[in-house]
Amino acid sequence: MGDITFSVLAVLVIVTAFWVVTSRNLVHAAVALMGTLFGVAGLYVFLYADFMAAVQIIIYVGGITVLIIFGVMLTQRIGDKMLVQTTMPNRAFAAIVVAALFVALASLIFKTPWHRGDLPEMDGTVSIIGNALLTRYLLHFEVAGVLLLLALLGAAYLARRAHG
Amino acid sequence: MASLESYLFISLILFCLGLYAVMTRRNGVAVLMGIELILNAANLNLVAFNRFGGLAEHLPGQVFALFVIVMAASEAAVALAIIINLYKTFATVNVDEAHEMKW
Repeated sequence: MGDITFSVLAVLVIVTAFWVVTSRNLVHAAVALMGTLFGVAGLYVFLYADFMAAVQIIIYVGGITVLIIFGVMLTQRIGDKMLVQTTMPNRAFAAIVVAALFVALASLIFKTPWHRGDLPEMDGTVSIIGNALLTRYLLHFEVAGVLLLLALLGAAYLARRAHG
Repeated sequence: MASLESYLFISLILFCLGLYAVMTRRNGVAVLMGIELILNAANLNLVAFNRFGGLAEHLPGQVFALFVIVMAASEAAVALAIIINLYKTFATVNVDEAHEMKW
């Protein structure tokens, strides 16, 4: 049962990611991206990361894709729905680079003798992550808060209507 | 039971597709989608190593992935603000047509 669910999620992630990359309609690509992010959230559940799965769905699926769809709608004229990619030689070059990287990294993944371990059974990761964030990772937590504030101010400043 | 390698392989495919999107797409929003795919691949790696490394004490991989999500959210907001500004200034969002810093 678990293996079947894992395979379904893996296929979902890969197929929708292909769709994101190859679709000529930007709205279709955005919806496919939503599917990819859902699939990754499912994989997080398999990795004993329940809190991360919830965060992935709330922030990525609920926030970032909606933002991206807004971006698509605000920057497209009604007429031009087709998405132009770069010229053919450029695309072939990109395909060669990506394929070479893929082969190199895949051989690395399957040849490396990884350290073998597994997480013990636990009732949810929320309390562990909460404690870690407010003790060991407190500085990082505060810096992330400042980063979010700066991003809020910066995005509002950049997107405002210019005066004069 | 899925092994560490299967997660790493899925994340490798996500990374390569994202890189291909960044290298071939002309539309700024589509480039941004490629970046989101790459960040998700990195997150999947972090969480997978957290589980199969057996790091139960502070869950460092998951906390790191959480910070990556925070960064991705702010990056998406700022990038979309820049793209909307680009559209208002040049009436295009194709990243290869916007080659002037100042208008």
